[in-house]
Amino acid sequence: MNEVAAELAREEAYTGRPLKRVEDAALLTGRGRFIDDLPSSAGTLHAAILRSPHAHAELVSIDAAEALKMAGVAAVITRKDVTALTRPFTVGVRQPMQHWCLAVDRVRYVGEPVAVVLARDRYLAEDALDAISVEYRPLPPVIDPERAARADAPLLHPDVGANVVSDRSFAYGDPEAAFAEAPHVVGTTIRYPRNSVTPIECFGMIADWRPDDGTYEITTHFQGPFALHPVMALALKVPGTKVRIRTPPDSGGSYGVKQGVVPYAVLMAVAARVAGRPVKWIEDRLEHLSAASSATNRVTRIEAAVAEDGRVTALRYDQLEDCGAYLKAPEPATLYRMHGTLTGAYQIPNLTVRNRVVLTNKTPTGLNRGFGGPQVYYALERLMHRIADELGLDRLEVIRRNLVPKEAMPYRAAAGSLYDSGDYAATVDLAIGEGRLVGLLARREKARKEGRLYGIGFAAVVEPSVSNMGYITTVLTAEEREKAGPKDGAVASATVALDPLGGVSVAVASTPQGQGHRTVLSQVVADVFGLRPEDVSVTVELDTARDAWSIAAGNYSSRFAAAVAGTAHLAAMRLRDRLAPIAAQRLNVPAEEIVFSGGKVAARSNPENSLSFHRLAGASHWSPGTLGDGVDPALRETAFWSPPELAAPDRGDVINSSAAYGFIFDMCGVEVDRDTGKVSIDRYVTAHDAGRLLNPALADGQVRGAFANAVGAAFYEEFAYGEDGRCLNGTFADYLVPTACEVPEPEILHMACPSPFTPLGAKGIGEGNCMSTPVCLANAVADALGVSDIDLPLSPAQVMALIEPNEPPPPHAAAVEAREPGRALSGEGTATIAATPDEIWRAILDPASLARLLPGCERLEAIDENTYAADVTVRVGPVTGRYTARVRLSELQPPHSLRLDGDGGGTLGTGSGTAWIVLQPADGSTRIEYRWEAEAGGKVAAVGGRMLESAARLLIRQMLQRLEVGAAPAAKRPWWRKHLPLGKGR
Amino acid sequence: MKPAPFDYIRAGSVDESLDALHELGDEARILAGGQSLAAMLNMRLVRPTALIDISGLRELDRAETRDDAIEVGAACTQAALSHRLSREGRHPLLEAALPHVGHYQTRSRGTVCGSIAHADPSAELPLCLMALGGEVLLRSRQKRRRVPAEAFFLGVISTACAPDEMIEAVRFPLPKPAYGYAFDEVSRRHGDFALAAFAAIAGPRTIRMAVGGVADRPVSREWPMLEGAALDDALNAFAWELRGQDDQHATAAYRRGLVRKVGRRVIEEAMRCRG
Amino acid sequence: MPRLKAGQRHEVAFTLNGVAVRGEAEPRMLLTDFLRHVIGVTGTHVGCEHGVCGACTIRLDGVATRGCLLFAVQVAGRDVKTVEGLGGSDGRLSPLQEAFRRNHALQCGFCTAGILMSLDDFLEKNPSPTEPEVREVLSGHLCRCTGYTGIVRAALETAKGNADA
Repeated sequence: MNEVAAELAREEAYTGRPLKRVEDAALLTGRGRFIDDLPSSAGTLHAAILRSPHAHAELVSIDAAEALKMAGVAAVITRKDVTALTRPFTVGVRQPMQHWCLAVDRVRYVGEPVAVVLARDRYLAEDALDAISVEYRPLPPVIDPERAARADAPLLHPDVGANVVSDRSFAYGDPEAAFAEAPHVVGTTIRYPRNSVTPIECFGMIADWRPDDGTYEITTHFQGPFALHPVMALALKVPGTKVRIRTPPDSGGSYGVKQGVVPYAVLMAVAARVAGRPVKWIEDRLEHLSAASSATNRVTRIEAAVAEDGRVTALRYDQLEDCGAYLKAPEPATLYRMHGTLTGAYQIPNLTVRNRVVLTNKTPTGLNRGFGGPQVYYALERLMHRIADELGLDRLEVIRRNLVPKEAMPYRAAAGSLYDSGDYAATVDLAIGEGRLVGLLARREKARKEGRLYGIGFAAVVEPSVSNMGYITTVLTAEEREKAGPKDGAVASATVALDPLGGVSVAVASTPQGQGHRTVLSQVVADVFGLRPEDVSVTVELDTARDAWSIAAGNYSSRFAAAVAGTAHLAAMRLRDRLAPIAAQRLNVPAEEIVFSGGKVAARSNPENSLSFHRLAGASHWSPGTLGDGVDPALRETAFWSPPELAAPDRGDVINSSAAYGFIFDMCGVEVDRDTGKVSIDRYVTAHDAGRLLNPALADGQVRGAFANAVGAAFYEEFAYGEDGRCLNGTFADYLVPTACEVPEPEILHMACPSPFTPLGAKGIGEGNCMSTPVCLANAVADALGVSDIDLPLSPAQVMALIEPNEPPPPHAAAVEAREPGRALSGEGTATIAATPDEIWRAILDPASLARLLPGCERLEAIDENTYAADVTVRVGPVTGRYTARVRLSELQPPHSLRLDGDGGGTLGTGSGTAWIVLQPADGSTRIEYRWEAEAGGKVAAVGGRMLESAARLLIRQMLQRLEVGAAPAAKRPWWRKHLPLGKGR
Repeated sequence: MKPAPFDYIRAGSVDESLDALHELGDEARILAGGQSLAAMLNMRLVRPTALIDISGLRELDRAETRDDAIEVGAACTQAALSHRLSREGRHPLLEAALPHVGHYQTRSRGTVCGSIAHADPSAELPLCLMALGGEVLLRSRQKRRRVPAEAFFLGVISTACAPDEMIEAVRFPLPKPAYGYAFDEVSRRHGDFALAAFAAIAGPRTIRMAVGGVADRPVSREWPMLEGAALDDALNAFAWELRGQDDQHATAAYRRGLVRKVGRRVIEEAMRCRG
Repeated sequence: MPRLKAGQRHEVAFTLNGVAVRGEAEPRMLLTDFLRHVIGVTGTHVGCEHGVCGACTIRLDGVATRGCLLFAVQVAGRDVKTVEGLGGSDGRLSPLQEAFRRNHALQCGFCTAGILMSLDDFLEKNPSPTEPEVREVLSGHLCRCTGYTGIVRAALETAKGNADA
């Protein structure tokens, strides 16, 4: 390492310089090659996926006959195809639950794939989706993780017998003693929400099946980890060599999310096999937001045993992790990625942990930038602020007192992480220095004097990078691990090759999505050979049939700089070591004398004695016979590297979950508007120690990107669900990604304590702000408001509820509905109709007139007493949805009260509702009192959530108007239509 | 996410589009800027048999002062109106509201009348029309009619425009001397639909304010000149009467709070601006 | 009155980056799909198909607008400019593109084409914008990689460069 460092410090070194990117020329001119840009074979079919509108239902039947008759439709894939050709996906815990690539017995979240149409183009494929009829038998959904964990909750996977599919407890050191002895125990409970760094390019793939050799070929921007390659092969019931994954040259962002293509890759592979033609699927945004992937939401109870001086002697975590409807590999990795690091940046010797994984009727979770870090640090760093507050100590001082000291490095954290290097205290000093903290304090004081709400927050975070492939097995007991065989390490690979004209090329299995890997690798490898970066060409598209890769391959856990770039360096060094003897022979000096510099290879003592690099590099191609005895040709070197520190979890569940550990200290000042609850970020400082920076401009880009993602998580982004399981964020108008107006520029500072464990001394830097920034901002808002409990996202409404929990009452209490705040659709109202209760009763009970009362009812047919089947076209403004519905009247008290139930499904999704109606005579008229509840699922709920309740009220109004006209004896039916503005609006 | 099939009719004149509407009625939709409609078509929320494209009709691409109002034709974009107003400086309320409508890239094509026709409860232009007591000029093959804003917005994305009618223009009354105008809104991100939006007009003896984003359509109220606690009470009553709803972006209680506080701020701003 | 029937393909001819192009499209075909899959010019990207993310932004008769909210048949006879039309024909980058490169204003590059087209329009009409004005225009785009810093800098630098030139 020191030798490398010395080399990197050479004046001509390119590594470490903020070079412009080689990727940009193509991307800026529209010549990128993203998945949907690639040519596809003649005859390629286009897929569209029919998705469940229900959060939880039995899948009774699927009828695709009508769809198959449509022009341009080649096939419809359903559960019978996937049960014949695939197996359920491998699950990370030992539980009897099945996750297929297409729903088989039940649907368990809104958006779960139910069928796939393959057609000549995507437009036709979507047309055919409408023609498939699916019968569901709805089951009660469970959305809230705490409720799902209860014994009486509806079960997602009945064979498991519970929704909690994993429950493990851990103890490190002597936490019980520490808690017993501590003068203070400080705790907090956190409900961390769901969100996702949704890439702007949605999922996409082209799948093909080669019947001749039984190979599935799938081109997709899968980002790894390639540990999921065997998962795909097992699901497809073929050997790994029969699943060939290729990645396109460009990928439009991933941030972990494109790990989620795996189930779809299997699904489309099957589709291609059934259709006998290549299949292309490009996910659309509605699909992506409702069903692609998500980070986990988590409920954490965290407690600290604290000494009088604020030192934490033990931590106790109780984490309830919500992984959605299925435990999709590599989950529950989100919960265990941070396991060794649960004590954060602090020297806390004792730790106890209970980890439960619960399933709910929500989109299955997966990789997401920060992966487990945001959830852990939100709890831990809120706790550190609360410790200071409860003990009356300075918050920054409490952080400082607990930091792992520089002298302790490398430091073994309580649960096993081996912090490689760092000077945390110095990094804090760097951040607060040059008047930064003093300035913030002054701004707060001034603001508060003026009556404004201003707060300061801090966060100290250890950012792990290069995940240990074995950490996930910590979810298993030592006995289970023993049976399964050890998992450890993190093998990176890189190949460096020389061409006949002496050109250098590099290939890695790093599948980047915009991080500039080609640029950095050209810098690193150019330095080894004394070349310029432009002399080195780098390819990053991966082909599992030809390239060097391992299960750890891919772009996740910030492994590029620390592992991949270092491995490329190692491969280049090996090739250089092969070139040196050849050069030595030609220059007639010992090999140790050879130096590579300025495009030449020369004798150290006599630089005039040289030959051009290109001539030397081509030699093994052109004249291997002249290399001399005992000198091997130098053509190509592939290096594999795995950090030896990454052992499997030991019998005591001690796990070094990552190879390198960076450090971040963040500090910010925010102001909260008293009237609107909107938070503005006044100052944000983020100080990083990511070891050696290979390209500081790209490193800063990673910091800014993660910071922007974190601003989103803190204030705007949440995958929210109705209690009925409907997804509320189906569009980018409702899933709020921050824009240039919301993201301020953070001040970025760097320390550099190189890692002794990685080849170039580099560590990851791309995820840290996703871990540090949400809690730093929340700490500042809590400081501004003087509150202790605060959850994300800090929407204006949520913040306002903290500022002003009580509002002025209405002037006339009776005029206002009493309503519980919540996300269910419900309401009540009254109307007076110029007809007697008897007349109204007859109008409702008579099928012919009932049909006229229901807005848009085109057919009403009695199927049982007071139960009807109906075809209804619902109109709200220009929006039209055809529903097949069932209507039932019950609890009949003629002519006084009744209950009306309706449920139905159609192209816009599903809807159901109940109305309780009471009729009171009033001077020859009738006063109708009604109360209603409704649920909606599928498309209209996902994209129109903001307007759903208004729409429901509009429909009720339509019904009441129709009732008035239909029941009043004077009404002449032929004319009412044109006099009532019933959804004919434009 | 692709639209269902439809015929495309490029109208060569207003008469042609009215003929097509007469023939197709509810089956057809008028397409102008398409900034709301095209998204709904892509999601298949709307499935017309035909689109009648009026965006190229010169006769509708106008914004002119007529009888104490700015009359904006159905093909005039939000950007064009904004540009014109900022050049002429004649309409403080619209000038303040227009930059909040969508984004630079949607105002460039989105039309003023299209926003009125779409009648999103949170949208700024319907709110301004309501506050100003403007009118919508509707036209069918048979007749023309003027509908006051109060009668035009019927509920969430629902209006009084009949199936064979199209909006030919909307009329925003010009500011009156001795009146002050102010606009503000609270949204989660810049350019989002408003959680609540406010347009206030302060006259010599009255205050008028319209609120968007809370009820299922913009709603306006007029009070005699009020101050202090009386204004607070009036705003509190108004806030509750709007019967706002919880949704994933904000609670009803939050929206009521905005009516009380931001509403008051906007009214006071309008008072300050009285000429 | 021309009525283009659903389910049939109709010829659409227009000018794309100064060159006459033609192809066939059903009335419902989005301009983005037409450019990418019929003409085969794939620099314009599709991110949401409901007009929010901005990745598909193009210039239609000089005006920056969403490609996903336009149907191909609507642009018949008109002038369309996409990211492919920004640089020189010799492959040289425009000053704006150069500024993007210099300022690391892109990472994955997926949202970039739309942002370039918005700024191409905006800077032409507003030669010396303030930072808030630039951010306001950019608020019509979503970028997940960069945090927008480099984009804002590139826009301001380009404006300054144009003014100095």
